[in-house]
Amino acid sequence: MPDGSYERPQQRQFNPYSENGGTILAIAGADFSVIAGDTRQSEGYSIQTRYAPKVFRLTERAVLAVNGFAADGNMFVKKVKQRLEWYRHAHAKDMPLRAIARLIQTMLYAQRFFPYYVYNILGGIEEDGTGAVYSFDPVGSYEREACRAAGAAQSLVQPFLDNQIYFKNQTPAPGTNHPTHLPLPDVLSIVIDSFTSATERHIEVGDGLEIYVVLAKGRSTQELASIGGLQELSTRAEGDRMFVIRRDLKKD
Amino acid sequence: MNSFADRFSTTGTAVEQRRIKEYVADEEDVSDSMWGSEAGFGTIAHGTPNFMVPTVPDPSAFLRLHTDDHADPSCRIKIKHGTTTLAFRYQGGVIVAVDSRATAGSYVASGTVKKVIEINPYLLGTMAGGAADCQYWETYLGMQCRLHELRNRERISVAAASKYLSNLVYNYKGMGLSMGTMICGWDKTGPAIFYVDSDGTRLKGDLFSVGSGSTFAYGVLDQGYRWDLTDEEAQELGRRGIYAAGHRDAFSGNTINLYHVQQQGWKFIGNYDVSEMHYNGPTGTAGYGYGVRVEGRSSANPPA
Repeated sequence: MPDGSYERPQQRQFNPYSENGGTILAIAGADFSVIAGDTRQSEGYSIQTRYAPKVFRLTERAVLAVNGFAADGNMFVKKVKQRLEWYRHAHAKDMPLRAIARLIQTMLYAQRFFPYYVYNILGGIEEDGTGAVYSFDPVGSYEREACRAAGAAQSLVQPFLDNQIYFKNQTPAPGTNHPTHLPLPDVLSIVIDSFTSATERHIEVGDGLEIYVVLAKGRSTQELASIGGLQELSTRAEGDRMFVIRRDLKKD
Repeated sequence: MNSFADRFSTTGTAVEQRRIKEYVADEEDVSDSMWGSEAGFGTIAHGTPNFMVPTVPDPSAFLRLHTDDHADPSCRIKIKHGTTTLAFRYQGGVIVAVDSRATAGSYVASGTVKKVIEINPYLLGTMAGGAADCQYWETYLGMQCRLHELRNRERISVAAASKYLSNLVYNYKGMGLSMGTMICGWDKTGPAIFYVDSDGTRLKGDLFSVGSGSTFAYGVLDQGYRWDLTDEEAQELGRRGIYAAGHRDAFSGNTINLYHVQQQGWKFIGNYDVSEMHYNGPTGTAGYGYGVRVEGRSSANPPA
């Protein structure tokens, strides 16, 4: 109204959340772990940037992928890294993976009444040298799994993983069994195929792909030799080794 | 001098300092325990954890707006829901059976959820409602039960443990916690089950089922329950109850986890695929589905 009064009652609400698209995925092998995410960040139908990493190195043997609301995700990763550094100063060693998982639960649950809008997937090598993946909901419920996809294309990728990793709806040939863990080259192919397919069918997925590979101590790196776009992140050659593979995804 | 002992003593200067520190109130949300330098006792030494609450007039309305997927399916933060859990007491102890499906809206978020929370070797908690609420508070309950053991040189009773949990969640009543749990165990008084939920209800009983598929499970349980069930019969009843819920309730299914609580503590019996139970049953000879019973005698497959 011209006099400044309102015609109808006005209602306002505090909405601090947004959704920035993208997809993350992690697969655990017998003695390795693969954690991947695309690098597109969008809001609605607009692409904000073509390179916003969603996968972060936490320790020599732990990687965290975050998806959902990017601002919350980046802040959360910052705080997790800070807590891990404090742990290093107090104990002169890196926090074990299962402890990082529990730490993430308590940090997420501390925000139970004002949640971080983030879906976390933690991957890496456990103290016993096995590959592990932990997945979390926004308020901290978590579970160790063999594989998990989260984010915009979760519903496209997870069924593919169920079929290829867990061999769901597949019957083994008579007298044979499905393998319990897949070899690294097979896992890498599945990850790359997952993301190229998700890019084709989901508008919020694309631009770039970052695949982190964590290998248990003493494991051969032979299978990675022929992989293009590979970069080593580990500082010591004798411990667990960490690599990142960067690939392009379609940008349309 | 003995700084470790001082830190946990109830008399002396250290306590005074602690009191002053509490009075001055820690700035921000950074406590000493976060540095991880309190010999692993960090979380206990500081009592119940503090929660960040949004600075709005009605924080629980804020939480409901963004997380409640019943009121608004398009809300952003989807907390995992949907379940069938059951537990019953009988001559041979307690049977606990649960499904393993977690749904976010109509999407099956996970088919491998562990809905039985192993609080300690004598106590089990079941998970219905918010997955994180159950997981977090029942883990926390496990810590408190251990402290009770250390302080009293005696294991906590199921009644006391469940009351601890019930009082705890009652403190948060109306703030949006969602949990329906059965605390099951064996103590001095024998096998016991307590139903505890986030409204503050706490009930002692012989037979409970909680979750969206509970009506289906109750149907099977009420029909087959007797006090003098054998262990095998009891385990079969638990399994059959969850199968019925998995079969008829869309929000339940995938697999069944079965536990048996006896005097010497709980025992994990097994994990059973619901579809496998439908067609082949636990022994692989006869499925729970009525296919075997109508073979050659139904309209789809009429007698010759």
